[in-house]
Amino acid sequence: MTVSAYLILASVLFTIGTVTVMVRRNSIIVFMGVELMLNAANLAFLAFARMWGNVDGQLAAFFVMVVAAAEVVVGLAIIVSLFRTRRTVSVDDENLLRH
Amino acid sequence: MSAVFLPALTALTGLATHPRGLVDPVVPVVPAGAPEIDIDWSALGPVVMVLGAAVASTLIEAAASRQKDKDQRLAVQPAYLRVIQAAVALVSVAAAALMALQLAVKVHGEDGSAVLTANGAVIVDPLTIYIQLAVAVCALLGLFVIADRTVQGDDAFAPQASAVPGSDYENKARRRGMTQTDVYPLVLFATGGMMLFPAAGDLITMFVALEVLSLPLYLLAGMARHRRLLSQEASLKYFLLGAFGSAFFLFGGAWVYGATGSLKLLEIGAAVSGATPLDPILLVGLVLILVGLFFKVGAVPFHSWTPDVYQGSPTPITGFMAACTKIAAFGVLLRVLYAVVPGLTWDLEPVLWTVSVLTMVVGTVIGLVQKDVKRMLAYSAIAHAGFILTGVTSMSADGLSGSLFYLFTYGVATIGGFGVIALVREVDSDGHLRGEATGLDQWRGLGKRSPVLAGTFAIFLLSFAGIPLTSGFVAKFAVFGAAFASGASPLAVVGLACSAAAAFFYARVIVAMFFEEAPDATGQLAESGGIGIGVRTLGLTQIAIGVSLAFTLVLGIVPGWFLSFTEGLSRLLS
Repeated sequence: MTVSAYLILASVLFTIGTVTVMVRRNSIIVFMGVELMLNAANLAFLAFARMWGNVDGQLAAFFVMVVAAAEVVVGLAIIVSLFRTRRTVSVDDENLLRH
Repeated sequence: MSAVFLPALTALTGLATHPRGLVDPVVPVVPAGAPEIDIDWSALGPVVMVLGAAVASTLIEAAASRQKDKDQRLAVQPAYLRVIQAAVALVSVAAAALMALQLAVKVHGEDGSAVLTANGAVIVDPLTIYIQLAVAVCALLGLFVIADRTVQGDDAFAPQASAVPGSDYENKARRRGMTQTDVYPLVLFATGGMMLFPAAGDLITMFVALEVLSLPLYLLAGMARHRRLLSQEASLKYFLLGAFGSAFFLFGGAWVYGATGSLKLLEIGAAVSGATPLDPILLVGLVLILVGLFFKVGAVPFHSWTPDVYQGSPTPITGFMAACTKIAAFGVLLRVLYAVVPGLTWDLEPVLWTVSVLTMVVGTVIGLVQKDVKRMLAYSAIAHAGFILTGVTSMSADGLSGSLFYLFTYGVATIGGFGVIALVREVDSDGHLRGEATGLDQWRGLGKRSPVLAGTFAIFLLSFAGIPLTSGFVAKFAVFGAAFASGASPLAVVGLACSAAAAFFYARVIVAMFFEEAPDATGQLAESGGIGIGVRTLGLTQIAIGVSLAFTLVLGIVPGWFLSFTEGLSRLLS
């Protein structure tokens, strides 16, 4: 398989993630969309690392995984504290901040 | 090392005798001349100072003995903890500011060549040092506002951020005088990330710095003492949209790596200047990186988080975030545009122009109809991002110098402005102090109730509006002048029109404060909570406001020395 196959897959995953973030209302699903986008970036990094024959891209993927883990910690803490207050994780319900 | 380790391992595990034992030995190829990692600690001083203090502050937080309350399950922290944490934060950020100032003076006197350290992962050049200095000064002023509390002992943060708003647990925590001292390490981590962000020499460091500055801010946004539902909602929105923006940045980074084969900014820059003009992979990657940065600076159409987060966050955090994040993110934008892709400006110009015009127009037009002071300043921040983008887009030494001047003056005035908002609280009919009075109605007649506070706020607003004798005027003059000189006059014309329109909504607040009567506390304001009045505090906020005011006026009346400083820095860069 050529590199372009991986890149097409990465782009498709990234697009699915972006659409998920924009159309879904459950904040956990939205968050999963973001994670999908990050992993699409990882796949692209790895494919390009293979193409160039250096390890920079693989290194980047490691850092992205670590940062994504930290992001999960912070994100779920925020979502859980919001859920305990409102008993919902929808990003549209009880929208207090508006014009 | 692996040359010794692997045979020993295979002998121990019996792999050598196994039939398929060493068919495909995985021996990592370590090149003979593996580079020594060489770190120039003096150039990294400010960042190491702040991040080191952040780690120390976290350890202090963990080590402090807490008094367990058996039946109520509260762990009350000792009273000295907040003093220690505030002192650690203030001293370390002040030390970082001094170190950055020392580096700036040194660079200004010498040839100003960039120092590459940690194998090129960090670039310390005049741009880095200036942005670090500006971030450190604004963070220091922001910390004064954050550390302050009223004479009744309330600070701006929830007694326990994890407690459900309105629950018994929260009420008990409030009565016991608990405070969330974790605010200080979080602010220090954010500041450290902001100082590392413009210094990043490769895309990995840049991404990690971006997250180190963002993640603490997502949490801090949700910690407000009053109106906690709004605060938690702001936190969630900031987190989801911030992470969304980071993902764009990262995906763009992957494509740029694919187009150039390197993650180092200087090597990317070299590959870009040697490449055929329109490599689509490169261009897509760069536009995605710019989208990620536009999210952070709050440029239209990536601004939707800004008003909600500014309004919902605790006010001291809003000021800190508004000033410092904007400075740091624009620093990186300048680095990417001026140092990495100067050869591609022709291709990127349509994107930059569109975003710049949209940002100015949308920020101003929607700002005109706001009825909440914090929300109005949020739209004002969007419009200002557009004004700074005009300077950035002009891609000249004048534009760079103007943008740098604008960033610092706007940041300082923002801290001062939000400092004033943090001091104006609502008083109900019984005379009890409540949350911040952010409704424009509640500010009516403030000039009579708290004349000094109202007068100070008026000066900050005039500076935002760009009235002469304030730093805002000089800054706008510098960026629009650079835009005219570099042939971006349409941008400058839009910018001038928007400034004129924006002056209207700043003036509306001034009129409300000084020329309107205070509303009837029982009638019109029954639902919004009461009139706003300046509250008495320990005086730290007043120090921050005073310093911001001094900067705003001094840089407005005698701006020459500071302009020549930023011009000197931008000459060193080009």
